[in-house]
Formats: sequence, structure tokens, C-alpha cells
Amino acid sequence: MTNAKNTVLRDEKGRAIQGRSGRKENNLSAYLILALFVVIYLCPILWMTLSSFKADSELFRYPPQLLPEQFSLENYLDAWARGDFSLYFRNTAIVAVSATVLTVVINTMAGYAFAKYSFPGGNAIFLFFLSTLMLPLEVLMIPIFQVVKAFGLYNNFLGLIIPSAATPAGVFLVRQYFLTIPNEIMDSARIDGASETKIFLRLMLPLARPIMSVLAIFAFLWRWNDYMWPLVVIRDSDMYTVQLALANFSGQYAVDWGSLLAMSVLTMIPVLILFLVFQKQFMKGMVAGAVKG
Amino acid sequence: MKKAKRSSIASTEMKIFPYVMIAPNLLIFLIFIAVPAVFGLVYSLTDWGGIGELNFIGFANYAELFTDRRFWISMRQTFLYAIISLPLIMVVSLLLATLLVKSIHGRGFFRAVFYWPSMISYIVVGLLFQFIFGDSTGIINYLLSTMGLPEVTWFTNSITAMAVVVLATVWSRTGFYMVTFISGLQSIDDTYYEAAEVDGASPMRKFFSITLPLLKPTMFLVMILSFIDLFKQYGLVITMTNGGPAGATKFAVQYIYEEAFQKFRLGYASALSMVTMLILAILTLLQFKLNNGGAIDD
Repeated sequence: MTNAKNTVLRDEKGRAIQGRSGRKENNLSAYLILALFVVIYLCPILWMTLSSFKADSELFRYPPQLLPEQFSLENYLDAWARGDFSLYFRNTAIVAVSATVLTVVINTMAGYAFAKYSFPGGNAIFLFFLSTLMLPLEVLMIPIFQVVKAFGLYNNFLGLIIPSAATPAGVFLVRQYFLTIPNEIMDSARIDGASETKIFLRLMLPLARPIMSVLAIFAFLWRWNDYMWPLVVIRDSDMYTVQLALANFSGQYAVDWGSLLAMSVLTMIPVLILFLVFQKQFMKGMVAGAVKG
Repeated sequence: MKKAKRSSIASTEMKIFPYVMIAPNLLIFLIFIAVPAVFGLVYSLTDWGGIGELNFIGFANYAELFTDRRFWISMRQTFLYAIISLPLIMVVSLLLATLLVKSIHGRGFFRAVFYWPSMISYIVVGLLFQFIFGDSTGIINYLLSTMGLPEVTWFTNSITAMAVVVLATVWSRTGFYMVTFISGLQSIDDTYYEAAEVDGASPMRKFFSITLPLLKPTMFLVMILSFIDLFKQYGLVITMTNGGPAGATKFAVQYIYEEAFQKFRLGYASALSMVTMLILAILTLLQFKLNNGGAIDD
């Protein structure tokens, strides 16, 4: 027992968490629970992925087989080349990337201003932003549709890119980050004669790189997975995003499961790559965004 | 002289600069979010069908809505769905967070596995669960039959359909809230645990006497965020049940969408939106009141 007490474990911040997790028998049951959840969380994705490589004749064979008899790319080729999914993926990429750039630029500007300047109306505007964090946009579909139409953005990619860029969550995230950067840096730059624009561009933006990458990841994720805005804004099928196409094709009378599964797997890949590359930023961003609120 | 001039320029710049910085965000926000919110209220007082002049009919839409049985059924199902999913999401994500805040082997792997589903769109999650629970397509029914259990036609029975929708929701949301809980757990000061250690408190005791009370702000945050998220659910059921069977999983947003864009009763659907928003606001406020705004109890 004294032995266990001397095992000093450290959490992410490097603090000792002695005794909180030191016992071996606890770890065993922890691993059992975690293993059970790994099965629950991974198996559906694994099954979908394996099934997407099965030929149509094999997809619903009874009894089902875990592995495809032969890995067939037929479903992928069908949807991608002979279907319109290459177009849908291109549409989604255009929208997601441009919306991400716009979101990061305008949210960073606004978040910085809210954190570093006290100006008449500033707090009120910020609170106004914040209060709409809880506003379900889904419920405003009808008037949003009308406004988008009035600005000539209906059935137009700009209607997907512009309106969704002013995310209150992004502004909030950036503001919280800039609050942690001391004002003294700005003051000394001012004494040296730097303009506010220069302070922002040359001094503060480089410091904000971590939070901007977090915001970029989330903005991309939001737009890549979005269903509501495309549903409201897009009419023509050659303008569909992937999510809209998947939703529409799944509602058809004869569902082409092979293609749907293959394209579903394909939509998860960019997101997975982003996650694996930026895992640290993800977790940090969540910490900044969730707890400091 | 020179110095004074410079500072006056600087102060003018100081005054204008923040407004310039928030302008693009504010402008887009006002045009596409705030203005529509006001418009929605106006539309709800008309019998507008999408084209032509606005014809004001007073509160007729609201009067109709009160006797619209199908709307209230969708509202009841939404509430049921949220109230069942919410505690499940919280318990599972807190359990995983508690296990993964410790420095155990493979922590990064476990966190990644549990977080991944939360990055998959609701549309795809819906498809996925339709595929594995489907009557003819589903692996789940096959697994049941290998265990000698009877097949279940999940999506034709209102209770099992709701159960699968709830399961899919918990599966797809716990990773996100797990990370929130992990950061909440990390912010608890170690000295509390050290003191409890000295007193010889059991792990269970520590969890219920230290962790849970001090985690209250985070729990409150998760509760509010996920309740709102659940209440506006739509994408998930579109590809899984499409609201069926017999409207058992047709939630408020889907009902509004169908009234607006399939029946072209935009005025009436606007009234439904306003009432839905009001109900959600009341329920959220109620949670604030009951939990004292998420403050830690003394």
C-alpha cells in the first residue's frame, strides 16, 4: 500500500495526482469499462466501412459476413464517377473552405475588439452576440430563407458562406483567448508609436495563431457537416452539398445502400485527418471554449 | 506639441478601431440572424404562403396552433426525446471523462475513439444507425438471432424507434461532452483530494463529496448546451426514421419544416417557430433557476 502511495502520477498539466488513480485494481476495471465502450463506439463505424467495400449482391447476404469476399471499389466508383458525388464533394469543399476563411477572419477581428478595447456599446453588443448562442437557428429557417432570397443569395454558394460565418461561438472563443494576453504588450507598442492596426496585425495576430487554428478546425467541421443551411438555401441538385445529397438520396423509394455507405465513409475522412493532425489543438480549444464560459 | 498631436490621433483611432473590427461580424449577424428573428414574428401574424402580399390575420395562427394536435404530439415527443437522452449523455460522458482524466496507458487513443463520433454529421449517423438496425439490412437483428433472441423490427414500433434514436444520439454526442468534462475535472484543485486522502476517504466517497459538487458549473454547462442541442434535433431522424413510425420520432423542427416548405404555410409555421422558441426559452430559464445558474453550492 505504501508502494502505491509513492507512485506519483501526473496529469496533463504535470501536476501530481498522487493516489487519485494509483491503485492497480482500479485500473483493471477502468480498462474493462473503456474496452466495452471502445467496442460500442468503433464497431458501427467499422461495420459501415467494411460494408461499403461489399458488392451489392453481398451487402445484404444472410448470414452476414464480417469481411467482404473481395474488396470491391464498385460502390465508390458508382457514386463518385458515375453518380454526381464528385460534384457534391467539390461543392462542399468550396463552401467549407471559403466559409472557414471568412469565419476565422471576422470572428478573430471581433473577438479581439471585444477583449482588448472598452468602447461604448461594446459590452452590450457582446452580450447580444452571446445570448444568441442559445438561439436555435433551425427555428428561424423561414425568415432566414426570406432574407437570403431578398439578397439574391438563394441557390447560391454565397448564401451558404456569408450568413453562417458570424458565429457567436467563434467570437466568444477568440475573445476568451485574447483576455489571457496581457495589455502591457499593446501599451508599450503604443508608446513606440505603433498604430492600432499595426498592433493587431503584427503583434497580436501571431500570438493568436493557436486559437485561430482551433477556430478554423471547428468552422470547417461545422460547414462540412451542416445540413440546415444547405437545406434552406440550395435548390438545384447540381449545387447540393454532400450532406444534402445523402439526406435526399436516403429518402428515395429504392435506397442505393452501397453508394450511400461509401459516400458516408468518404465524408468522414477529411474530418478524421483534421482531427488526427490537430488533436492537441482540439482538446485545448474545447478547454478554452467550454470551461472559461 | 508633437506629442500632443500624436496622442489625439491615437485616441481618435482608438475610438473608431474597435467598431471597424466588429463591423463585418456584426453586419452579417444583424442581417441574417437578428432581422430574421424579427421577421419571424411578423410572418407569424399573417397567412402568408411564400409569395404575394402579407395579409395580416392577427393571432389566428396562434389560435389554430393551440388546437393543432399533431404539433403538440411532436412537441411531446421532442420533450420525451430530450429528457431521456440528456441524463444518458451526461452519465456516459462523465464516466468516460472520469476514467480518462487519469494518466492511464492509451489515454490518447481512448479519447480519440470516443471523440470521433461527435465529428460525424447527424445525417451520416442517421444513415449508419438505419443501416445497422434496419429490418432487412441490419446486423443487430442477425446478432440477436445468433443469441436465440427474436428479431425486432426496430423502426416500426414507436418505442423501439425512439430507443434507437436516443442510442444514436448518445453515441454521437458523448465524446464532445466528455472533453468538456475532462477540462472541468482538471480545473478541480488537487488539494481537495489530498485532504480527503489524509482523511482516508474511499474513491466513491471522494467522487460524491468532492468531484460532483465542484463539477457543478461544468455539469450545468453540459446540461444547458445539450438540452438545446437535443430540442432542435432534426438531421439525425431525417435519414434514420424520417419522423416515423406514425410521428413517434417527428420532432418540433421537422414538423415546422414540413408545414413551411412542404405545405407552404409559412405564416403558420412561423407561429409554430415562435412558440417552440418560447417553450425552449422557458425550459432553459427553468434550468437556470433550479440550478442557481450553475454556481457551486456552499
